[in-house]
Amino acid sequence: MNNNSKFSVEDLDLFYGDFQALKKINMEIQEKEITALIGPSGCGKSTFLKTLNRMNDLVEGVTIKGKISLDGKDIFKEMDAISLRTRVGMVFQQPNPFPMSIYDNVAYGPRIHGITKKSVLDEIVERSLRQAAIWDEVKDKLKKSALAISGGQQQRLCIARTLAIEPEVILMDEPTSALDPISTLKIEDLAVELKKDYTIIMVTHNMQQAARISDKTAFFLVGEVVEFDSTENIFNNPKDIRTEEYITGRFG
Amino acid sequence: MNKTSIKDSIAFKNREGNEKIFKYIFLSAALISVISVIAIIVFVFGKGIRPFFGDDAYSFTNFITGLRWAPSDNEFGIFYMIAGSLLSTLGAIVLGVPVGLLTAVYIAELAPKKIEAILRPAIELLAGIPSVIFGVFGLGIIVPIIKDISPQQSGQSMLAVILVLTMMILPTIISLSLSSIRAIPKSYKDASYGLGASKIQTIFKCILPAAKSGILAAVVLGIGRAIGETTAVMMVAGNNSGGIPLSIWDKTRPLTSNVAMEMGYASGQHQELLFSTGVVLFIFIMVINYVLIKITSKVGSEGEKR
Repeated sequence: MNNNSKFSVEDLDLFYGDFQALKKINMEIQEKEITALIGPSGCGKSTFLKTLNRMNDLVEGVTIKGKISLDGKDIFKEMDAISLRTRVGMVFQQPNPFPMSIYDNVAYGPRIHGITKKSVLDEIVERSLRQAAIWDEVKDKLKKSALAISGGQQQRLCIARTLAIEPEVILMDEPTSALDPISTLKIEDLAVELKKDYTIIMVTHNMQQAARISDKTAFFLVGEVVEFDSTENIFNNPKDIRTEEYITGRFG
Repeated sequence: MNKTSIKDSIAFKNREGNEKIFKYIFLSAALISVISVIAIIVFVFGKGIRPFFGDDAYSFTNFITGLRWAPSDNEFGIFYMIAGSLLSTLGAIVLGVPVGLLTAVYIAELAPKKIEAILRPAIELLAGIPSVIFGVFGLGIIVPIIKDISPQQSGQSMLAVILVLTMMILPTIISLSLSSIRAIPKSYKDASYGLGASKIQTIFKCILPAAKSGILAAVVLGIGRAIGETTAVMMVAGNNSGGIPLSIWDKTRPLTSNVAMEMGYASGQHQELLFSTGVVLFIFIMVINYVLIKITSKVGSEGEKR
């Protein structure tokens, strides 16, 4: 095992009922890097992402075999889902702020984890919004509904909400697929900025995006990892013909 | 060319006329409910306002603030009935809302499919039970039990009214809150779980706040149902002839009971004052409906700039 490994995935199989969605996945995900997961729809990349913070636990009929460890600790056996999710935050495909004020959205995580003091919450909210590069746009309307800001702002708010629980890893499930190009660029810049402090794993349909911002890229196909390497190698010297066909747009 | 076209057919030519006729048929069907409501308002208000005008007018102040209803003494005060109706409704809401809300949350979020398969038909059946059956149950079971534990002589009491009303408003509260909870997008729950919230935290901090407008509408509708309920309430209330109920053991006489019990034989001013009682009840219901419209229109615009 590599020393800088944050997540270590060994022989991971995942079934929805009888259907095998992930087959023998092995992956070492490095700390403070952006790892992009690419592949055609239905290839299992989102399923894999959701396994990393055990969001699949909520789906009925899921069975998981194999081992995933976070900093060497088995996430299924040595951790409960709640403490895992406070270390591994998640940003979803559609911006999904709660129907509450911007402030309450960011304070939601800290509050459920027991922080009630107003001054502490104020500080966390401001810090998280600044980190997510949205503070200047919303600082005068923290009490306004989070649903009243634009989609791109909502997604950065969701990132701020995740940052507020001080995770170590941030999972992003196609975070820009519902956004316009300018908002997309802002999220990408933000991801690059955040990787100084966080490990980021991002599912994306957009190959330019993977090429632009990720350090490592994993190519998924029908539940398997075809190739996992540095982004440079995946896009310039793919070893597997299927990877090459996919990144050159011949299928997918 | 002498080809017959469908465009020459009589049905085709008449179609526009037919469309118009059907439009009027639909319109007249729709008007029946509007006409009914207007007719009822005109009739009830017309009769209900009359006793306060003219030579032998009954004092409106005495009517609305009076604490005794004694037609034989020409005394018609309904304040104690208004208090009785409002207090019983409040009691039913205080008991029924938490029970109903927890049931709805249980069905929506926690119950295994098998238990839901028992609960939902049971709740639907409860909603379909005729009012008089609730009254019979109240009189046969609840009233005797209250009589045993009550410091007073009779088991017919405000407590009996509250308990019967609670059972009766439960289906309304459960089914409306359930549908508003079910309408919460899954993405909210995902976001909450993703932040490390437990199931119970997600229910209380995320789901219930997001469903609050729908839940509020359920409560208001429950209030409407409770305040307007007549038969079951009349059977267990005791229907005293005066005095504000000061404890749950006291008898009470809701506005609805008053009208239903005496309308059959009353005449003259007595009868008109029963209509006036109906007017007061009507005004309460209209206020409730107004609140409901305000709340439900807010549900639609939830998330707009506040």
